[in-house]
Amino acid sequence: MDALLAGLIGLLFAAALYQMLSGHFLRFLLGLVLISNAATMTVFVSGRLTIGAAPLIPVGADAPVTEVANALPQALVLTAIVIGLGLFAFTLFLAIRTFRRLGHLNANTPLPQSPAKNGSLK
Amino acid sequence: MNSLIYKVGANLLFGILLVFSIFMLLRGHNEPGGGFIGGLIGAVAFIVYKMSENIAATKKVLRVNPEHLAVFGLTIALAAGLMGPALGEGVFAGQWLFVGGTEDTKGWPISSVLLFDIGVYLTVLGAIVALVLEMERHL
Amino acid sequence: MSPVLWPLVIPFVGAILCFMTRHTGIDRWISVAAALAHTVVSILLVVEVADGSILAVQLGDWPAPFGISMVADGLGAAMTLITGITGLAVAVYSISDVGQRAAFSGFHSLFQMLLAGVTGAFLTGDLFNLYVWFEVMLISSFGLLVLNKGRDTLRGAMPYVALNLISTIFFLTAVGLLYGLTGSLNMAHLRVTLDGLEPSMTLSWVTLLLLLAFGIKSAVFPLFFWLPAAYHTPAFSVSAIFAGLLTKVGVYALIRTFTTIMPLEPLFADILLWCALLTMFVGVIGAAAQQEVRQILSFHIVSQIGYMVLGLALNSRLALIGAMFYLIHHIIVKANLFLVAGVIHRVTGGSQLKSIGGLYAAQPILAILFLIPAFSLAGFPPLSGFWAKYVLIQASMELSDWIAAGTALLVGLLTIYSMTKIWGEAFWKPHPAGDDALHGKGIAWSAWVPIGTLAALTVIIGLFPSPFYAFAEMSAQSLLDPSGYIEAVLGGSAP
Repeated sequence: MDALLAGLIGLLFAAALYQMLSGHFLRFLLGLVLISNAATMTVFVSGRLTIGAAPLIPVGADAPVTEVANALPQALVLTAIVIGLGLFAFTLFLAIRTFRRLGHLNANTPLPQSPAKNGSLK
Repeated sequence: MNSLIYKVGANLLFGILLVFSIFMLLRGHNEPGGGFIGGLIGAVAFIVYKMSENIAATKKVLRVNPEHLAVFGLTIALAAGLMGPALGEGVFAGQWLFVGGTEDTKGWPISSVLLFDIGVYLTVLGAIVALVLEMERHL
Repeated sequence: MSPVLWPLVIPFVGAILCFMTRHTGIDRWISVAAALAHTVVSILLVVEVADGSILAVQLGDWPAPFGISMVADGLGAAMTLITGITGLAVAVYSISDVGQRAAFSGFHSLFQMLLAGVTGAFLTGDLFNLYVWFEVMLISSFGLLVLNKGRDTLRGAMPYVALNLISTIFFLTAVGLLYGLTGSLNMAHLRVTLDGLEPSMTLSWVTLLLLLAFGIKSAVFPLFFWLPAAYHTPAFSVSAIFAGLLTKVGVYALIRTFTTIMPLEPLFADILLWCALLTMFVGVIGAAAQQEVRQILSFHIVSQIGYMVLGLALNSRLALIGAMFYLIHHIIVKANLFLVAGVIHRVTGGSQLKSIGGLYAAQPILAILFLIPAFSLAGFPPLSGFWAKYVLIQASMELSDWIAAGTALLVGLLTIYSMTKIWGEAFWKPHPAGDDALHGKGIAWSAWVPIGTLAALTVIIGLFPSPFYAFAEMSAQSLLDPSGYIEAVLGGSAP
């Protein structure tokens, strides 16, 4: 199972990098989703897998009585997913706004300089 | 969405989801659940409602500005964390008060942990709803 | 509550209060008050650790390494203080610089959140927690960046967001692998565990991923190009705090990771050394080609980052002292130069060198206040930059690394070139529209005070470097020999 997941992580990273390198911001976004999943999977698998045993302590005991799954990576992954969601939402927002403003999302198209408008927040 | 079936269903779902979200929030300490999951489910309730009505109606049914809700939740969570040092323990150390405990049972637990979870619940609910409404406005 | 936590709690409370009052106009004063309080508690923190002691707090009273530890050692406390000072300067500056619309969108709240993120990154003793603080910082910096809705901002925001997200992902992956390898995330415990492990392929990958992640954050060659694309577009307050603090968090993370957690292996130290030299050189050459004030300064950030990374890559005691001295000097100077750039823009009505001028005649005091950080950046005695460069060059010579020493000197010379370019074009030459164009353009007190104070700090560090040097020496000592750090966190008995 671990080896299978490791292979899946590799596949996710490869697909994500391919998308991200294309120079189009929308594809970059798709790649971002994939790569953050790959990273969280890495954290998850690093905690080693224990299948079918939730890390719950039965009533009356002070510690888990049987071997249970490692709870720490689950907490880490949850945090990472939450953060990833926030970052992705922001990036999606940025993409929408950029598209409205520039009319395209291609990172390689040069833009005429208009520096006079910089630096003002009024 | 202009579908009668969806509108009727959404009204039903809205209430069920909200109650379910509170249920998830409260069972969180000893069983799977908690403020984050609860907040997400609560946010889903409002998103379902938004899909059957519109942004203005959703804001009205929420009554408060979702951004304010999120910041309020953050304040509560921070306050829960600071209850530890206020009572002479470490920051974010859980503070427990058991009401009506007898020899057999501990009684009703009231804790800063629950307060923190409520803070998380409100933060997640407010933030997600604010985010979704803002995005809907731009699309 | 432990003195370690005050600098964290204050900006959070400040952010909440600023958000609540953002429509009233009081928020800017709350922001100033919170930044002032942050500075005061940071001074107390620095006083506590000045004798070489290390303060550690376990959140929620969970014993290390199971809970999250917050640790203040010399480096962390000094960086916290410098965050407070820079934050205070920019908060005061933003009173007049940030308009109503930006304040309504939550500028001051985001600003305090950014300070909280930066401070948290400096004080945490847990690798995953460092990731979380990075995100707090990143999200607020995104928010601040796009408050200004111009085309150039959006254009610059794309690579900024993209590169920083990739850096985040690399960092997270490295954290995952390191956890898989050691079963720990506490920095002190990681050091103990890693000392008992044979070097392995996984460890090399972790090192490489961390180098890449922090390299992007700190804008090291060849990963720097997002910085000059973004830093010249937002409001001046925003770019000043970005220029002062954000990349330096990356440098701090590099120093912390590759001294406290795992000393740099020779191969990676060599790679980092060459990257540092190229960063210095490419940055300064890039600056020479620019014609806009903030773009010149942005490329100089890149160039100066090279000096700090050089201090880490040389991997000797003196070099680390130099890197630390450089960090502190650079934050003050760079934030100040961006604030001056804001004033230049306001008075002359532009930032393109060819369309502005006449500032020396109109504002001679401003000219002096520009020269102090500019000369300090280039390394003129007796300003702070001189000592920072002096220590670093001496460290390179001590190791007989003549290439590093030569590059450091040459880059210093080239820095003077672009500083004199700004001086000649913006201050010395007459304004293209005639010098009358500058009449009646006053400078608000809220701009004078922070610029003057930061310039005074530069001079003070330059004239009395010995206490600062002694502090940097003490901090470097605890970085090179982390036994004190480990004992403070794990309580002497490593589990």
